[in-house]
Amino acid sequence: MWEIGLSHYLTVAAILFALGIFGIFLNRKNVIVILMSIELMLLAVNINLVAFSSALNDLIGQIFTMFVLTVAAAEAAVGLAILVVYFRNRGSIAVEDINVMKG
Amino acid sequence: MIVQALAFYMFAFITVASGVLVISARNPVHSVLFLILAFFNSAGLFILLGAEFLAFILVVVYVGAVAVLFLFVVMMLDINFVELRQGFLQYLPIGALVGLILLVELLVVLGGWHLTPEITAQASAPAPADLTNTQALGELIYTHYLYLFQGAGVVLLVAMIGAIVLTHRKRPGVRKQRIADQLARRVEDTIEVKSVETGKGI
Repeated sequence: MWEIGLSHYLTVAAILFALGIFGIFLNRKNVIVILMSIELMLLAVNINLVAFSSALNDLIGQIFTMFVLTVAAAEAAVGLAILVVYFRNRGSIAVEDINVMKG
Repeated sequence: MIVQALAFYMFAFITVASGVLVISARNPVHSVLFLILAFFNSAGLFILLGAEFLAFILVVVYVGAVAVLFLFVVMMLDINFVELRQGFLQYLPIGALVGLILLVELLVVLGGWHLTPEITAQASAPAPADLTNTQALGELIYTHYLYLFQGAGVVLLVAMIGAIVLTHRKRPGVRKQRIADQLARRVEDTIEVKSVETGKGI
């Protein structure tokens, strides 16, 4: 209990990842919260990578985490930009209306 | 040792609790604020793991840029969030089921698995003992991973240009200074000299 090892961190990451999935199901209509759930899942992945990097004394995991951070930032920026344009055109961000894009 | 364990449990508990509140808060502004709390506490977890640089980057990039971007968009868009919450209870059972199954599967994987003792000898970039975490990471990134690092920069540049191109719009009826047009004006286009005879108009 008082000896914190790799599995403790992996458990936290697993719970966060499951919470992210749960959030996507729970907020089916709200794109902003879905994007936030995706950020939570990426955070869980980062915790996994850093925990393994620390446990194996190998720095590759931390470098990979940096690239995951970069991609997460880019994804958030582009996703929110699409959201703003969509709101400007349609006046709502309801997920059900987005299928107007299909032919 | 016990201090470290207590710190771990504090950070882990607050991270998970704010994760729950992110997905269940009524107001999306509160969701963003709990997301910021989750990021801060996972930065604490990173520090406990000895990854100071990533903890710092997590606070700077996620809290300073991504979360503030979310906050900005949530506050800027005029959305009826009550309407978007309809069907919340309808999706609760299936979402809980899927999340629970996934969590159990992950924990089963976690329980039935252990590292072989000789795996630490196979580390491709063992952390040097005499350098700080930031120095060690820098020495790797700027040597072996230079091209990937530059590629990450290109990804960010493309994302920035994409976001600007998507959200930029030309509005009609806005009068702006156009310096090129001003410089292209000739004297002949604007001024006409006429000799007016005395006592007559033009």
